Amino acid sequence: MSEQVLFKNRRVDCRPASLADYRAGGGYEALTKAVRTMTPDEVIKVVMDSGLRGRGGAGFPTGRKWSFVRKDAPHPRYIQCNTDEMEPGTFKDRILVNTDPHLVIEGIVLCGYAVQADHGVFFIRPSYDADARLLERELEVAREAGLLGKNILGSDFSFDIDVHRSAGRYICGESSAQANAIMGKRPNPDKNSHMTDSGLWGLPTVVNNVETLASVPSILRNGVEWFQTLAASPTGDGTKLYSVSGEVAEPGCFELPGGTRLGDIIFGAAGGMLPGAEFKTCLPGGTSTSFVAREHLETPMDFDSMKKAGLSLGTGSVIVFDKNTCLVQATINILAYFARESCGWCTPCREGIPYMKHILERIEAGEAGERDVELLQRVADGMEHAYCGFAPGAAMPVHGLLKHFRDEVREHLDGRGCPFVGEGVAKPGLWTSLDRDETVPDEADSEGRDG
Amino acid sequence: MLPRELEQEIAEMVRETDHVEEKIIDVIYLLQRHFGYFSDEAMGHAARLTGKTLVELEELATFYDFIYREPLGRFVIHVCDGVTCWMHHENGLFDYLCRKLGVEVGETTADGLFTVLPTACLGNCHNAPAMLVNGEHYGRLTPEKVDRILDNLRENADTIPLCLCR
Ligand code: SF4
Ligand code: FES
Repeated sequence: MSEQVLFKNRRVDCRPASLADYRAGGGYEALTKAVRTMTPDEVIKVVMDSGLRGRGGAGFPTGRKWSFVRKDAPHPRYIQCNTDEMEPGTFKDRILVNTDPHLVIEGIVLCGYAVQADHGVFFIRPSYDADARLLERELEVAREAGLLGKNILGSDFSFDIDVHRSAGRYICGESSAQANAIMGKRPNPDKNSHMTDSGLWGLPTVVNNVETLASVPSILRNGVEWFQTLAASPTGDGTKLYSVSGEVAEPGCFELPGGTRLGDIIFGAAGGMLPGAEFKTCLPGGTSTSFVAREHLETPMDFDSMKKAGLSLGTGSVIVFDKNTCLVQATINILAYFARESCGWCTPCREGIPYMKHILERIEAGEAGERDVELLQRVADGMEHAYCGFAPGAAMPVHGLLKHFRDEVREHLDGRGCPFVGEGVAKPGLWTSLDRDETVPDEADSEGRDG
Repeated sequence: MLPRELEQEIAEMVRETDHVEEKIIDVIYLLQRHFGYFSDEAMGHAARLTGKTLVELEELATFYDFIYREPLGRFVIHVCDGVTCWMHHENGLFDYLCRKLGVEVGETTADGLFTVLPTACLGNCHNAPAMLVNGEHYGRLTPEKVDRILDNLRENADTIPLCLCR
């Protein structure tokens, strides 16, 4: 196994690492070093030099984002830690929080120190209520240990973190929508404000994903050079959490060198296909990325390599499809999700996504012809004109379907309907027993810490 | 009238914050748990206690998945219909649950115990098909497993405390 940095304290019994566990492995050494021996600018510089990029999907350089907070900016300043992940296939942050809560907490405090913030807000979705409770408990533990609150570790830096419970909705993962949600407004995105100037309550706010922040403590402790040796590809900054789900033998979340080849993630870490299943394609980074062609299995899973291949890394959540699964149906499912989760603010998204779904349903039923496929392409192209990145993201699987699986789509046309219906085809819907071992103990299940 | 403890809990929450807006969702959750759903009466209390207008509250209540403006069962069964769960036969899970409970998706059982709702990915895709009930995650569901979960909830319905984000 390659070096485990984020999952260093992952335990076989799935219990989250305690403060003592975390400290035994060098936890909070980075914070001690930072507040006692480093200036905030030095911290930013190390993070910048490391090349760490945001793990929430956009891949923006983390240190640069932090450097946008002006030195003379007003207080209080905020850190918004994003734990929303509602996109199908994505579960890395939930596992990370449940593996090592203090790693995440230390990451937030370090970010707070770097930009001289006053408050951190842990934004957490309602279906992670067990995680919210866990965090509240561990935040209190950190406070009692002097790692949080007034004069952290005896320094003159004070910073505290609150847990903000969301009430659901995928769009709350978008940073400005999330800020609106925290401020009790309807969480539509707001593209007019720069969060680092005017975020929460009109004050400077840095928004980072859980995984991004959790990567910071080890960089400060072990140094930039060490961090750069972790990746498998030249631009694969550090290690990366890849969550793999779908028709694979061992679905789960794996910490691997950043830039590990897509095929190695699926056929190595995730144990390859389920018995009886054959690889057709995958969505490499969650449902707002494109279906890939077979040759893409060679592509390193980092931001730049994926981009070069015309794909995107997204959250690094690989969803794997079997040869017998109809991709038209799969895309209908994905569009139903996006149609339901659209915030409804702008027309291309609000009207366009249901429209794409409608066209695909006609294709699936055999009621469509070649011209409908062209129409589908046009509507998908039109998603570029939506207000935020949600709609272009929703169109990505459609683009992938039409680019790499047009023949499969064509087989549905002109009265023929879905070719995947029939004897011996394991269709979604025929749920009798599960085709995998029941290896997850009930107890871990019910505590929300399976994984 | 609200029970005195709840009234005080909310009043204190509002008093202690710099921004009452930040606490609105928590206030709604507390009232929702008390009333079983975010009823008009609950909304009236929320408005009174936070100083927000009914329109402002309605605007939020109708946006979010976990705020319910209609009555529903004690246990809300959130079944994931994300694409990974879909390929692991989430349709069958819905079908089984609904037949077992004698309801359609969105309906509540006659005894007022269960409501079945579709939900966005629960972050449990590696254990698909997955569902969430009262804050607890259940995965790799089989008919037998579903039976056990329902039986347990039914038998202990009176003693299982409801979590905040139901
Ligand atoms: S693209 Fe969709 S989610 Fe984004 S603002 Fe428009 S309607 Fe809302
Ligand atoms: S797709 Fe069902 S839990 Fe993620």
